[in-house]
Amino acid sequence: MRPFDYTRATDLEDAAHHLSSGSTVIAGGTNLLDLMKIQVMTPDHLVDITRLPGLSDIEDTGSGLRIGTLVTNSDLAGDTRVRNGYPVLARALLAGASGQLRNKATTGGNFLQRTRCPYFYDTAMPCNKREPNSGCSAQGGDARMCAILGTSPECIAAHPSDMAVAMRALDAQVEVRGADGETRMMALDDLYHLPGDRPDREYALDKGEIIIAAHLPAPSPNTRQTYRKVRDRASYAFALVSVAAVIEMGEDGKIANAALAFGGIGTRPWRDPEVEKELIGSEPSNELFAKAADVLLRDAWLEESNAFKAPLAKRTLISALRDVTGLSGQDHYDMGDAA
Amino acid sequence: MKISLSVNGTQHSLEIEPRVTLLDALRDRLKLTGSKKGCDHGQCGACTVMVNGRRVNSCLSLAVMHEDDEITTIEGIGTPDELARLQQNFVECDGYQCGYCTPGQIVSAKAAIEEAKAGWPSYVSPTLADMGELDDEEIAERMSGNLCRCSAYPGIRQAIAKTAKEDA
Repeated sequence: MRPFDYTRATDLEDAAHHLSSGSTVIAGGTNLLDLMKIQVMTPDHLVDITRLPGLSDIEDTGSGLRIGTLVTNSDLAGDTRVRNGYPVLARALLAGASGQLRNKATTGGNFLQRTRCPYFYDTAMPCNKREPNSGCSAQGGDARMCAILGTSPECIAAHPSDMAVAMRALDAQVEVRGADGETRMMALDDLYHLPGDRPDREYALDKGEIIIAAHLPAPSPNTRQTYRKVRDRASYAFALVSVAAVIEMGEDGKIANAALAFGGIGTRPWRDPEVEKELIGSEPSNELFAKAADVLLRDAWLEESNAFKAPLAKRTLISALRDVTGLSGQDHYDMGDAA
Repeated sequence: MKISLSVNGTQHSLEIEPRVTLLDALRDRLKLTGSKKGCDHGQCGACTVMVNGRRVNSCLSLAVMHEDDEITTIEGIGTPDELARLQQNFVECDGYQCGYCTPGQIVSAKAAIEEAKAGWPSYVSPTLADMGELDDEEIAERMSGNLCRCSAYPGIRQAIAKTAKEDA
């Protein structure tokens, strides 16, 4: 690791001041320190926000949950309100990383974690995300862990989070505090830029802005929820493909409501309203689900080494939908109840 | 920087650079070499310690960030003369071969048993409401952050299952 200065923030204003003058925030540090060890990230100054009060609470706001930015992945997954009201989120969190990492990784840090594209990690190789205008080694290279949706000629890196995928399906919002002390709410989707021609610009955060909380709307009772993750080993691996599904079945046997988000295949936690439109109001069938998958993949950019992700995403989506709609006869889902 | 670290109930005063990881501080400065450096990237779990009762990868943690925290290493769990029940069961069940990953396995297992007792579900739990028995599949999932290159996994899982049962 390169040498750096370390400051423990006294309050959010102090943290924002340091951030505005070029410091990097550290909380759980599980991704940042890893990247600092291999010198992909070389901050001169770290500002530690872990001791700040009021950022580690999960509060019932009356219209949902407010999740403090320092709430750990394990505390969030273990919270009974999350397990009961938002099971897709609990499952996604538990599908991510290891017990040790979940105890340290925070909510805010999980949103902002960096891609696991192997070339982003390899400082000997060109990477437009790490070094603008140096090139993209993943295209024509090993793109197994890379995205097929939302890509650009400059970058095909996937967003690696499980948590953020479930949060997308749940219509989460992010509460951000500006350098001037004012707070604003933004839809989770608006937090992430598509790579375009500047893949190094990942987040729509202004200088000095800090994520202080995530907000979930009130739980939707009677929804069936699942997080289906496909990976290279049974546990402790990033998703090749994942599907977060929140489905409400009508009494007429048709799909009354559907919220679907995808991991492992998008340059950001991926949600596409066109896929949901395809499903809502229709009776569950294999043909319907296959059609929805084709809609999802209509603009997929496939590299030779990750072309398998298109059929894999299709099969994973069909399988998850068969379970949550009852078509498969398998009760492989959790019920979202009032938290 | 001057910091104080509380490890296994003993307070230590240290003068260290901010970039020293908790693992390096424990091993190189405090000479507590039970915690091992395997991958140094949070992938193998050999460096697992408990911070305020929670298992973490000490290699992905800065020592300066742990002032006032209560740190427990393998040295705080048992001694060669007085093995903890979990350590005894690792011996009885052949839960190791070369032994390099063992301190991390044991600290991680101790915390994993506590997590299960607290009712934390895992990704493989049939329901999220409460977890059932700490069976083989549950243990494998909960211990996936600890690798064993000798592949002593069956013995490791047995030792953990045995300890959880004795604990219950």
